Amino acid sequence: MLSWNALIWVCILYVSFLFLIAFWAERRAARGALGWLRSPVVYTLSISVYCTAWTFYGAVGSAARNGLEFVAIYTGPTLVFIGWWWVLRKLVRIGRVQRTTSIADLISSRYGKSPALGVAVTLLAVIATTPYIALQLQSLTLSFSAFSASVEQAEQIPTAGVTAFWIAAGLALFTILFGTRNVDANERHHGVVTAIAVEAVVKLVALLSVGIFVVWGVSSGPADAFSGITAEALRTDEIFGPRWVAITFLSASAIICLPRMFQVTVVENVDERHLATASWAFPLYLFLMCLFVLPIAIAGQTLLPEGANPDLYVLSVPLAEGRNTLALLAFLGGFSSATSMVIVAAIALSTMVSNHIVMPLWLATRQDDTKTSGDVRSVLLLSRRISIGGMLLLGYLYFRFTGGTGALASIGLIAFAGVAQVLPGLIGGIFWRGATKAGALSGLAAGFIVWAYTLFLPSFEGSLLVSAAAIAEGPFGISALRPQALFGLSGFDPLVHSLFWSMAVNIFAFMIVSVLTVPGQLERIQGAQFVDVFRMSEDGPGVVVQRSATSEDLFTLAQRILGPNHAHRLFSAAAMEQGKNSGLPDPTDGFIQQLERELAGSVGAASAHAMVSQIAGGGTVSVTDLMQIADETAQIMTYSQRLERQSRELEETARQLRLANTRLTEISAQKDAFLSQVSHELRTPMTSVRSFAEILRDTPDLDAAHTRRFLKIIHDESERLTRLLDEILDLSFLESGRMSWRRDEVSLTEVIDRALASTEGLRDGTNIVIHRDRASEDVIVTADFDRLAQVFINLLSNAVKYGKADAPEIRIAVTRFGGKVHVDVSDNGPGIPMHDSERVFEKFARLGEITLAGGAGLGLPISREIIHNLGGSLDLLPVPVGATFRVTLPVSETASLSARA
Amino acid sequence: MGKRILIVEDEPHIAESLSFILDRAGYDVAALDDGAQALDQIRKSSPDLIILDVMLPNRSGFDILRDLRAGGPHAGLPVLMLTAKGQARDRSAAEDLGASRFMTKPFSNAEILDTVSELMAGG
Repeated sequence: MLSWNALIWVCILYVSFLFLIAFWAERRAARGALGWLRSPVVYTLSISVYCTAWTFYGAVGSAARNGLEFVAIYTGPTLVFIGWWWVLRKLVRIGRVQRTTSIADLISSRYGKSPALGVAVTLLAVIATTPYIALQLQSLTLSFSAFSASVEQAEQIPTAGVTAFWIAAGLALFTILFGTRNVDANERHHGVVTAIAVEAVVKLVALLSVGIFVVWGVSSGPADAFSGITAEALRTDEIFGPRWVAITFLSASAIICLPRMFQVTVVENVDERHLATASWAFPLYLFLMCLFVLPIAIAGQTLLPEGANPDLYVLSVPLAEGRNTLALLAFLGGFSSATSMVIVAAIALSTMVSNHIVMPLWLATRQDDTKTSGDVRSVLLLSRRISIGGMLLLGYLYFRFTGGTGALASIGLIAFAGVAQVLPGLIGGIFWRGATKAGALSGLAAGFIVWAYTLFLPSFEGSLLVSAAAIAEGPFGISALRPQALFGLSGFDPLVHSLFWSMAVNIFAFMIVSVLTVPGQLERIQGAQFVDVFRMSEDGPGVVVQRSATSEDLFTLAQRILGPNHAHRLFSAAAMEQGKNSGLPDPTDGFIQQLERELAGSVGAASAHAMVSQIAGGGTVSVTDLMQIADETAQIMTYSQRLERQSRELEETARQLRLANTRLTEISAQKDAFLSQVSHELRTPMTSVRSFAEILRDTPDLDAAHTRRFLKIIHDESERLTRLLDEILDLSFLESGRMSWRRDEVSLTEVIDRALASTEGLRDGTNIVIHRDRASEDVIVTADFDRLAQVFINLLSNAVKYGKADAPEIRIAVTRFGGKVHVDVSDNGPGIPMHDSERVFEKFARLGEITLAGGAGLGLPISREIIHNLGGSLDLLPVPVGATFRVTLPVSETASLSARA
Repeated sequence: MGKRILIVEDEPHIAESLSFILDRAGYDVAALDDGAQALDQIRKSSPDLIILDVMLPNRSGFDILRDLRAGGPHAGLPVLMLTAKGQARDRSAAEDLGASRFMTKPFSNAEILDTVSELMAGG
């Protein structure tokens, strides 16, 4: 009989052996010499992590208690691997394309890299896996106690709690050592996988050995071994009912949804083709594992005393037969089953916890300095190590909490049912494009709540949240809410009852909410990538994400997550691909996307997306099947923009046309008014001419004085007509700008001399006094002499005609003001009211009873036009006495004068 | 004693020619060159006919005619309007205001005399 210490030593030696295998495999993997480590056999064996202590010990226990029910645990996975391998293949392909790190990552990634879903799935997985880990601890503790009971050294043997604690601590250590050696390389753990494969062989060999011993050692062959069996013991009548279907369904979903199964099947998969081997090899493994379950159960029932724990038959039968070596082998088989499950589950969960809970929190706290802050890898590793410790601690606490009670199988099924809540979102996500984040979250949450209420909490039998009374009578006595008979659905097995309600609510919520909500852009893209993963990966990446970042920033980020070596390899390869011999690759959209996927392999899609987005921005995204819509949208937008622009141009043209039209109408009205004025001004003298001409013609007896007077009037009015016509033509020329101007150096003195001389005749017979200061007039301006003289003639004529005073005076004053010269022509007559100061410059203006300038009313408008053309101005000054017109002209510079001379 | 005519016309030569031919035709002619005094002068001198220019300083011929026709002992006096503009708009405005005749400058002396004698005869 083995001593307790020897047992401990065997365990330590066995673990050290596993450790060496793992270490050796890691070394080979690091050298790139994977060899048979990549074989489909290792892959298949690693999948056998499905067979935990539960199946190793519990299957026999289940068979002893419930007959053939245990088979359902194997039927589900077998059906999936044989019949539904294409679901697995799709998952594996998606996992590889998307660099999925865990089931939480896959679901989060599918639904638009949703952090919320990642957290939800992670929490669900943690809660569902905790009892499972507790289960392993329990079975290990039980197996230890089975040995201790036979050893009879009770005082030296620690209690179950202490044993469980040290087992948990040891497992944590091993998992941390091999599960978190690195964070890069797609979360593949070659060392761990190899060790798991070895353990798979050990547990198969152990169970087969015990079976063979039972059949051929204890009995004398299969016929003898099965002879003691009865139909009642197999319970074939009752087990093929709802519960059997439920368990088959649960085990089938478990092989897909359990975090550790996802880890070995999808994440650790190095070659998609391995799945083909596994699709027959794994069911074969399961078949071998359950082959001797019944004989062992029968042997236990016949050989062992009443009351022996059926869950330990595998161990206790060889012990009872005195086969210590076989018992030790069986113990190691159970030990392998438990440890492999705990290790892989802890790795899978720690990845999920660190990627979906720790990393997002860490990222959120250092929003601004992702690029410059410390090594992300160390944070990641630390969080994973703590998570592993935490997971095992949780399992240990659960074990202590439930007091190690309950059949192993029932705890396992509770966990299965919890994890199965992920199934609708997962399967829907990879086959139904319409599935949305909100739908997945709703389904998951609803299913989880129902599961927790109807199965998980009642499993504590009243010691957690829901009291025993509430379980029996319903909360607050509401029988409709009884956890195990919800809405009056009683008479069912609690597992079936819970599964029915939770899945019904889950699927219903998932589908209804998915149909009612609209997926976001990223969600649609990811959805398309997941659902059409085979088409997508054949056509190459269908997604075009347009973002910008510098290669340096990206390299810094990559270094800190992937490690310097990996980052360097990745960037060099990308640079080579872009045809560069050295330096960093261009940060093309494709490369940024590749990098994000690469990072997703380490920190999960949501975190990687968040990190890269911090550097490169969220990007504008379009996917192949959205491209067309985007194109159309773009075309429509371009088209409508063009239309808008044209419309604006048309409006502008119309506005200009309206303006031009208004202007033309104004001009036309002005022209009409002008012509009307001209007509009036011409008709007036013509009337006199015609009238007096008729008088002369019709009055033969007219006296000489009258004749002379009338002839003079005709003559004067004719002259008035001529002058009028001249002025009209003059003004027309001036306004059309077609007049040619001389630009001479003109002396103001000469101009004023000429103007006074020309108006001398007008002043004949008047007593007008002219005041002028010849010295001040010595100014040279650049002007057309005749035109300037015309202006002064007009001003002087007006002064003579309208400056009526008792002692009429005309004053000509010249003042220089900077580069300009003012010439003021003043009279001391009645003056012009200030409100008419601009009207006097209008054509044919009549002020009071007078018509300005030769009666035609065009003198001042012409004068002003001339002065404007000479670069000056003509204004009426506000003065108290008389009227003063001011001509302002620029002074010609002497320098230019001499230069020209 | 001939019939009395008041000429309201600001152009002195036109007023002179009209005065000359009407005087020779035996009328008693008075002339005025300011629109503002026209109505006063009409009341004072009570002419038998008025020759009224449209464009007058201070007060237009149309305004004078409107006030004249508005009422009083001289509201029915025959008025011959003269205008240098000669536009259809002016003619219709004059007719609306109650001008007896409307003539455009330049006019023929014979026409003036015929029109005046017609109006004097009550036509």
